[in-house]
Amino acid sequence: MKRNPFKAKKYAVSKIYHAKPMDLERSEERPNVPEGIMTKCPSCGRIIYTKLLLKNFKRCDECGYNFKVSAHERIAMIIDEGEFIEFDAQMTTRDPLQFPGYADKLVKTQAQTGLADSIVTGMGKIEGYPVMIGVMDPAFFMGSMGTTVGEKLTRLFERATKEGMPVIVFTASGGARMQEGIFSLMQMAKVSAAVAKHSQAGLLYITVLTDPTTGGVTASFAMLGDILLAEPGALIGFAGPRVIQQTIGQKLPEGFQRAEFLLEHGFLDRIVPRDQMKYVLATLLKMHSQNRTGKATKEV
Amino acid sequence: MSISAWEKVKLARMPVRPTGLDYIERLFDDFIELHGDRYYSDDKAIVAGLAFFGDMPVTVIAQQKGRNTKENIMRNFSMPHPEGYRKALRLMKQAEKFGRPVICFIDTPGAYCGIGAEERGQGEAIASNLAEMMQLKTPIISIVISEGGSGGALALGVADRVYMLENAIYSILSPEGFASILYKDASKAEQAANDMKLTAQDLLEFGIIDGIIEEPAGGAHNDYNQMAENIRRVLEADLRLLVDTPLDELLDNRYRKFRRI
Ligand SMILES: [Zn+2]
Repeated sequence: MKRNPFKAKKYAVSKIYHAKPMDLERSEERPNVPEGIMTKCPSCGRIIYTKLLLKNFKRCDECGYNFKVSAHERIAMIIDEGEFIEFDAQMTTRDPLQFPGYADKLVKTQAQTGLADSIVTGMGKIEGYPVMIGVMDPAFFMGSMGTTVGEKLTRLFERATKEGMPVIVFTASGGARMQEGIFSLMQMAKVSAAVAKHSQAGLLYITVLTDPTTGGVTASFAMLGDILLAEPGALIGFAGPRVIQQTIGQKLPEGFQRAEFLLEHGFLDRIVPRDQMKYVLATLLKMHSQNRTGKATKEV
Repeated sequence: MSISAWEKVKLARMPVRPTGLDYIERLFDDFIELHGDRYYSDDKAIVAGLAFFGDMPVTVIAQQKGRNTKENIMRNFSMPHPEGYRKALRLMKQAEKFGRPVICFIDTPGAYCGIGAEERGQGEAIASNLAEMMQLKTPIISIVISEGGSGGALALGVADRVYMLENAIYSILSPEGFASILYKDASKAEQAANDMKLTAQDLLEFGIIDGIIEEPAGGAHNDYNQMAENIRRVLEADLRLLVDTPLDELLDNRYRKFRRI
């Protein structure tokens, strides 16, 4: 058996990487180095060559901190080079509530991120195994789910069901998008129904929970995978920690709602570091590439 | 063959005896451990996951003893809580969905007895496994590798084929527990072991198990690789047969196998 075969392969991120500034909001001070060439780890403060950081899957090799990755960076890390076909790339929301200021903010965010909304869906291959994939982008309205995310994911699952294909979804979300109100809430039911039909057809669904996955996304498709993987340290929960703390008026325990906490409490199958993610996903796809219908125990 | 039942009990409990993970390592490729019952916890007394047996994807579930005191504390001496059985059942249902066989390695003194285990429904968890395994629409093979203690062992033991290693034991209760209940004296465990009929040879004679897997001279601990090879041969032959059996026939046979006992 091949072990970790992708390690030796060329890493393709640089081709797609949009040269956006790193997410440094959380760091106390801005790094004293030329923007772009070097990047400071917000967790341990280490100054890292940006190029090296990209080669390392945007993971600090000192402390293991996972930098935020955009949807397209994630796809480049996971999908075989040149094998990604995007679906519904232009779909955007109709602003169902005509919510004041929302349309303007959308246009601005679209210009900043180059994304139409907070998810990219499509089809590709992982180590040669075909898969449908959805990747949320935390930079777009905090990865929140409105009607566009709901519709794109539902279409993805419907298409996968029709074509008998597995689905992988990378979640990163603050939850339902408030600006689309009850329509956002209903996406939870809509996507979950499409997931259920895909499952009834005997098909594989893997979710990979990344930092942060909360609210209506956790309470719907994020938790419905046949296999639930997560990145180390990812915040995963229904209510956010600040809300809980304010509600109960107590300090929350160390590590509360982190991936390791969820693993311990039985809600995750496995925590997978970024540099092993492609290998683990490829192996799981390989294990499910037979018995496609799930009905027969013998090969037909 | 002249080893007494009590000597077999001691052999089965030897700390150097190979455990579930020792066999997983030797029999399967690309093992990916999966955790958690998705309700309460991840029970480390049961190790479970996906792997390839040759070219065939399988679900593997093993009750896991530690190799030293520290590991044993982490594994709770292979005495599962309800969440362990629920993890096993969750992954069996997953195996059913994807049509891959399930292989169980049984090795437990018994299901854990304690307050939390009762609060979370130890009895309910074991019962559900028995009922669900009987109806699981995919082949199941269970192997008692060392100790098969009580309902805690049976909860992974409703299978199309049930094997025991030559020096393994399988019983209603530990000999110590048996002695303290029936003879009011736990120190009479040796007598209990001989009276209980808990050896692989006894159980094969009763028709409780389907076969005995031979151990290397002196016991499984003397040659882990040889022991794993002996298991591999049995799995290879059986899996081919079971995978080719139509599902309704498979389930019918499984039901009747226990029905006639
Ligand atoms: Zn760092």
